[in-house]
Amino acid sequence: MKIEISRGTVHDDLAQTVEAISGQNLFACYQCGNCTAGCPVSFAMDLGPHQVIRYTLLGLDSEVLASNTFWICASCLQCTSRCPKGLDIARIMEALRTVVLRKKERLDHLSMGDLTEEEIDRTPQIAFISGFRKFLS
Amino acid sequence: MDYLYFPGCTLYTKAKNLDRAAREAARVVGFELHELSNWTCCGAAFPLATDNIMALLPPSRILANAMKEGENLTTLCSVCFNVLRRTLHLLESDPEKREKIFDFIEMEYREGFHLVHYLEILRDEIGFENVKKKVERDLKGLRVAPFYGCMLLRPSEEMRFDDKENPSIFENLVESIGCKAVDFPYKIECCGSFQAVGAPEVATECGHAILSSALKNGAEAVTTTCPLCQFNLDTKQREMKEKYPDFPGLPVLYFSQLMGLSLGLPVETLDFGRNDVDPVPLLEGRGIL
Repeated sequence: MKIEISRGTVHDDLAQTVEAISGQNLFACYQCGNCTAGCPVSFAMDLGPHQVIRYTLLGLDSEVLASNTFWICASCLQCTSRCPKGLDIARIMEALRTVVLRKKERLDHLSMGDLTEEEIDRTPQIAFISGFRKFLS
Repeated sequence: MDYLYFPGCTLYTKAKNLDRAAREAARVVGFELHELSNWTCCGAAFPLATDNIMALLPPSRILANAMKEGENLTTLCSVCFNVLRRTLHLLESDPEKREKIFDFIEMEYREGFHLVHYLEILRDEIGFENVKKKVERDLKGLRVAPFYGCMLLRPSEEMRFDDKENPSIFENLVESIGCKAVDFPYKIECCGSFQAVGAPEVATECGHAILSSALKNGAEAVTTTCPLCQFNLDTKQREMKEKYPDFPGLPVLYFSQLMGLSLGLPVETLDFGRNDVDPVPLLEGRGIL
């Protein structure tokens, strides 16, 4: 994939919005990859959390927003707990989810109608409530 | 000793086996749980977006109700505990947000209120050595792997529960009731959490990795304090076995069930029938039941 970066796209609107919602300074990240290494669900992500931070800073908005990384994140805070720069990476993932969910089009990540009766019957409420909070606008 | 008790939504339905055994066990070791008279769902997720004040309202309202009724509140579910403790931390440390929230819910905030996890009561108030004195039934060194998951421990500066990388509270409890605590490297990993509804196959993988690690280290059973961990580790063993036919599986019990068993509570109080993987054959095989 050819990626073009210009001075104008670095730290663009998306990066600034993510910083505002998460309360984190993306420039603090020095790409050590500790977050990705310790992430229990990174095996299912197309970009590691550290890559998401870099892409966001470089203005690669469509690549970041199309990645599944922040939808796969389970907010377990292992990355946050181990970041040597003190970044709360789980908050950055939440900010990216929030950016998508707050769009006018209300792009829900989950369709409640797709849940089967068996799933509804066996799954505990906390999974639904917590999941709906993360995935629905 | 008396504590106000917040059960949370899941302990009233899917996790009755966590709730009932814990209420009975508390009485045996020397404290009473009084259910909060007015409570709602905590929201099940502490909002990580700094501008999401709305999601702080349910846990703030629960805390405000508890502040009206007493000095201390306790809970069992790791998710509820995480949401309530982080919310209380925020209310204590951010006066501006606190004022906004309490103006909106039209309730009184009171300083000096404590939220403690049931396990903290056992460690800090009762003492594990005193739990040990109440043991009635020999658990015969059953090899149990305590699984912490994420919500009890992280973020450690706010949760102040135990060491964030190598906690010991759970091991100390299971040792005090006559089990052998099995240490395993996945004890503070994530079970997949709410991905049980977002990406169920991812949660199945997480659960399988955790249980395989416990088995490899010699565990006969796993124990947890979280209904969501219980679901991902216990109920989802069906999916794990479909994907990994060689996976033998093992029972996953709530800590309160093990504790109740050791304290000699009647077996029907422990609701083993609600566990997906039946622990009774293991307990009978080891001569415990």
